[in-house]
Amino acid sequence: MECGELLKKLNDIRAVTGRENMAAGKIAELFRQYCDDVSIDAFYNVIGFKKGQSENPGNVLITAHYDEIGLIVTGIEDSGFLRFTAAGGVDAKAIGAMEVTVHGKKDLFGVIGVKPPHLIPPEDKDKGIKMEDMRIDIGYDGEKARKLVSIGDMISFNSPAQELMNNRIAGKSMDNRSGVAALVEILKELQKLKHDDNVYVVATVQEELGLIGAICATYNIKADLGIAIDVCHGDMPDAPSDEAFPLDKGVAVAIGPIISRKHAKECIKIANEENIPYQIDPEAGDTGTEAAVHAVAREGIPVILLSIPCKYMHTAVEMVSVSDIVSTGRLAARYIAGRSKE
Amino acid sequence: MKEALENLKKLTALDGVSGEEKPVRDYIISKITDHVDDYYVDNIGNLITYKKGTGNGPKVMLDAHMDEVGLLITLINSDGLLKFRTIGGIEDRVLVGKRVRIGENRVPGIIGFKPLHLQSSKERKGTVDKKQLTIDIGAKDKEQAASKVEIGDLAAFAYDPVEFGDNKLMAKALDDRVGCAVLIELLKHKYECDIYGCFTVQEEIGLKGAKTSTFQVKPDIALVLEGTTCYDVPDTKEYGMSTVCGKGPALTVMDRTVIADRDLLRHITKTAELNGIPYQFKQTITGGTNAGKIQTGGTGAKVAVIALPCRYIHSPVSVMDINDFENMIKLSKKVLETLPASITLYREQGGKEYV
Repeated sequence: MECGELLKKLNDIRAVTGRENMAAGKIAELFRQYCDDVSIDAFYNVIGFKKGQSENPGNVLITAHYDEIGLIVTGIEDSGFLRFTAAGGVDAKAIGAMEVTVHGKKDLFGVIGVKPPHLIPPEDKDKGIKMEDMRIDIGYDGEKARKLVSIGDMISFNSPAQELMNNRIAGKSMDNRSGVAALVEILKELQKLKHDDNVYVVATVQEELGLIGAICATYNIKADLGIAIDVCHGDMPDAPSDEAFPLDKGVAVAIGPIISRKHAKECIKIANEENIPYQIDPEAGDTGTEAAVHAVAREGIPVILLSIPCKYMHTAVEMVSVSDIVSTGRLAARYIAGRSKE
Repeated sequence: MKEALENLKKLTALDGVSGEEKPVRDYIISKITDHVDDYYVDNIGNLITYKKGTGNGPKVMLDAHMDEVGLLITLINSDGLLKFRTIGGIEDRVLVGKRVRIGENRVPGIIGFKPLHLQSSKERKGTVDKKQLTIDIGAKDKEQAASKVEIGDLAAFAYDPVEFGDNKLMAKALDDRVGCAVLIELLKHKYECDIYGCFTVQEEIGLKGAKTSTFQVKPDIALVLEGTTCYDVPDTKEYGMSTVCGKGPALTVMDRTVIADRDLLRHITKTAELNGIPYQFKQTITGGTNAGKIQTGGTGAKVAVIALPCRYIHSPVSVMDINDFENMIKLSKKVLETLPASITLYREQGGKEYV
């Protein structure tokens, strides 16, 4: 499947953080045609294994999380409206009048209500809205709502993939289905290349709750090199220019304290040799990505972080460019194959 | 009734932001030609239809506006993003993260927002300011964007209707495609009085279309068919809810633009009671409707508003109860059928109020 088509399909899959069992099977199916073995661990991390060609292969572990931010039901009103709170970093300002799916006994359509401007008193116009004051309308009365929904049920946003100009795609979960699409690109590229090392590609869970899936994956798979793939901020108005990266200018390769500078430099060298577009992403802290987990897993694993620029992160219209996913896939695969020459 | 609901769904899938109502008007024309004696489109874009009555009743105008709230493209930035202004009342927060389509070619775009991660602590606690929002169509620069979009293009929310829950319908532009669908349905039947079915333009920017339609029709009596505010959400005080979804069509006693005619209102409530049709009175006096223009636009008309409670009105996801919609059709039809016998015009009383 072409990368853009795959990304659209991945966007429309629902896997609210902590409830990835909804989608693990679908991700496994995706890996199967390119891997020697595919398994799902106790946390619903999906692990694809591709055997290396060396007699004494090293292990490369590539992670990209497949969970998405969402909401969780915290109460059911007598009138049938649902109370909720965030699962992951959801901006209350950005979810008014949003379509959602409540994953109750069955999937239920709902909307997050907003007061019409006619009914907002002038003194309330400048007040921020709190999530605890918002409700989801599923169109049922309290009795029926309680039969279909329980406290703790997850809620995902309805935001089907929208193709825009320049093969840019917007949707609810470009963070980090674009990373998952990059994993598939890596597997596709590796079909064409020789690689000495065993390659584990892992679609991880619960990143949005604190990198939880990666903690398990990097412990269970003893790697010699870690590669974390995630999104970084795409350039947009009002964003700091050294923290946000333009779309279509290639994969962002991180440099910073927790990144193995040696490996990052090697990676950049490959990008230059192979004419793969890239940009440098200076990261002063722990990056907030799974790279932070790789770096301190077991005895410590040298890690690089490859990021796909994504505009409007953590809104329902996160936007990425397919070309940046392709360059991420190409660079990671060439880098892994390049290690064989050493 | 099934056909009316089908019409409503199709109407909400069309775009008709104030000033560009043509797609909606074309659809309506295709549905009414067989049922009216005459129709024309006036200079401002109103569709005015005429249906001769079987008797000598008063001249009755039925009004539903075709336009919806939306956005106007005002500038193409050097980075290819589009600046916009809202047409009609849209709350700033409602715009964030929404899908829109722009212009006749319905170019897809999205309204992005600064990620939480990049917001200052003050911004996090603050509100959305629509002046900072832009539409992103994926263009890399101004030139690319200008190849698809022009300044002055209108953008509408790109949301499709969904039936859900207990007989509920979610759609954009229920205000006032609901009125359009009801009016199409009403025009299928014969009445004793002459009916002028007016599908009007530019209601959302200040009741513009109704001014010219009324000038032309000069009605004795007018019924305005609307979608109205409803916020029957928990923690809202009853008087602040405006209307309650599922409790029947709502009647306006007074709003910002009109005080409904007492006799006409009585006729409507009596008709509802006689026929066992539920109704409610709108509890708030905010907002206005074309009734305000119609009452004084011709030679003076008795006006009333029959409206459908719509939750989250002026957002891409407004919600209504399908039973309310059916009851609104039933009630307006009965009201029209019994009109001549029940209403006496003031002028027939020598201009004096009758009691």
